[in-house]
Amino acid sequence: MGKVVLEVVPTKHKLPLAKPVVGVVGKTGSWRWMKPVVDQGKCVKCFQCEIYCPDNCIHVDPEKGAFIDYDYCKGCGLCASVCPVKAVSMVRESGGG
Amino acid sequence: MPKLVLTGNYTVALAAKMARVQVVAAYPITPQTSIVEKLAEYVDKGELDAEMIRVESEHSALAATFGAAIAGARAFTATSSHGLLYMHEWVHWTSHARIPVVMAIVTRTIAAPWNIWSDHTDFLGQRDTGWILCFAMDNQELFDLTIQAFKISEDPRVYLPSMIGLDAFILSHTAMPVEVPDQKLVDEWLGSRRQPYAIDGLQPLALGSLAWPEDTEEFFMGIQEAMEVAKKVIREVDESYGRVFGRSYGGLVECYRCSDAKYHVVSMGAWSGDIMEAIDMLRDEGYPVGLMRIRFIRPFPDREVYSILGSSRGVIVFDRAISFGSLGPIYLDIAGNMLKYTQKLPYMRNIVAGIGGVNVTYEDFIKLIKDTIDSLEKGVEPPTYTWYHKR
Repeated sequence: MGKVVLEVVPTKHKLPLAKPVVGVVGKTGSWRWMKPVVDQGKCVKCFQCEIYCPDNCIHVDPEKGAFIDYDYCKGCGLCASVCPVKAVSMVRESGGG
Repeated sequence: MPKLVLTGNYTVALAAKMARVQVVAAYPITPQTSIVEKLAEYVDKGELDAEMIRVESEHSALAATFGAAIAGARAFTATSSHGLLYMHEWVHWTSHARIPVVMAIVTRTIAAPWNIWSDHTDFLGQRDTGWILCFAMDNQELFDLTIQAFKISEDPRVYLPSMIGLDAFILSHTAMPVEVPDQKLVDEWLGSRRQPYAIDGLQPLALGSLAWPEDTEEFFMGIQEAMEVAKKVIREVDESYGRVFGRSYGGLVECYRCSDAKYHVVSMGAWSGDIMEAIDMLRDEGYPVGLMRIRFIRPFPDREVYSILGSSRGVIVFDRAISFGSLGPIYLDIAGNMLKYTQKLPYMRNIVAGIGGVNVTYEDFIKLIKDTIDSLEKGVEPPTYTWYHKR
């Protein structure tokens, strides 16, 4: 049976497409008024915070603990909520709010 | 080329098969169902190498077709009436994303009351969506348009999806002889599947992210520009198809006995065949009348309309749909597009008829056309808008 061959041929028109890059709309961490702080002594490296973070800005190192990218963390508090050992606490940002 | 006797629905299915569609996502609705049933049968028998996706609604049917097309597949679906209404959100997504998809619309009245017969309200309700909209008069043209729709939609100058309209039952369930070309010819003529990008997991791409007003407007200006170029592409495709397969229709419109006509009728769809019969009989009686049949309503054949109707003594536009509170959609388009070329319009009459599937015959057309011409010849202009109703 004959097969249809795909050819991607560009258009001169503008397309509603975006190539994902880090920080495409700026440092969204500046929106934050509550900041998650990890107590690495309590962290059990279970990855729950990394999995649940809606902004993909928590990285769990299996040896060292959970690390938050504050440039993009908006302080939603989901990590603190899902942490099974209460290793994440939400503290008020010092800059106001 | 062999001829097969096929219903309109089986004609569409065969043409989609011969275009070698790779994905069909479908949900049943009368009177469309036998199109996708036939395609499912082709897949089941191993005659068509395609993925048949059974979805839970028409909204999902077009979403899945769209998704497959974005990933790089030649994808197809079909629907009618309420199914098309339910798809409406994805109709816009598909054209705005500039993804070629082909969909057959078996035109059917919209409820309430529940009614499965043909009018063009569902189809013409899509006219602002950025899809190429074409409409067949008979099953042979339906076959040809379905194949051509892939060629037009996948042309890099166009990259807009296409709908092919066919009247419920009058075409969908009526068998007619259809000349079927050799598969090899279709393969060669149609060529490879072309699209502006493919989201296939090889490189991350986000479609439909937030855009500022100015960018958004520029995306839409691109669609309008592509529609303009599509007029040229449609004429080219019609000619090239004619050279290879032996049938050309005249591009965006078909002109029937209208080159020497003094009065003109305009129509779209299956009843154009009845109008042609009426015109032949009226010609025998000495009435100088011809038909301009709309084959493509989007892009709108503005140039053709002006050159054919511009100096007419009188134009009658038959609409099988009504824009409640206004006029028939084709009439509105004709008047608006003529004004692009001239501020002096000929006398133009709009007759809305056949709504809800009311049967309008060649005898009705003879009467309506004759009355209009006789009246104009006496210097009396009939009302410019009439809803012709009969029981």
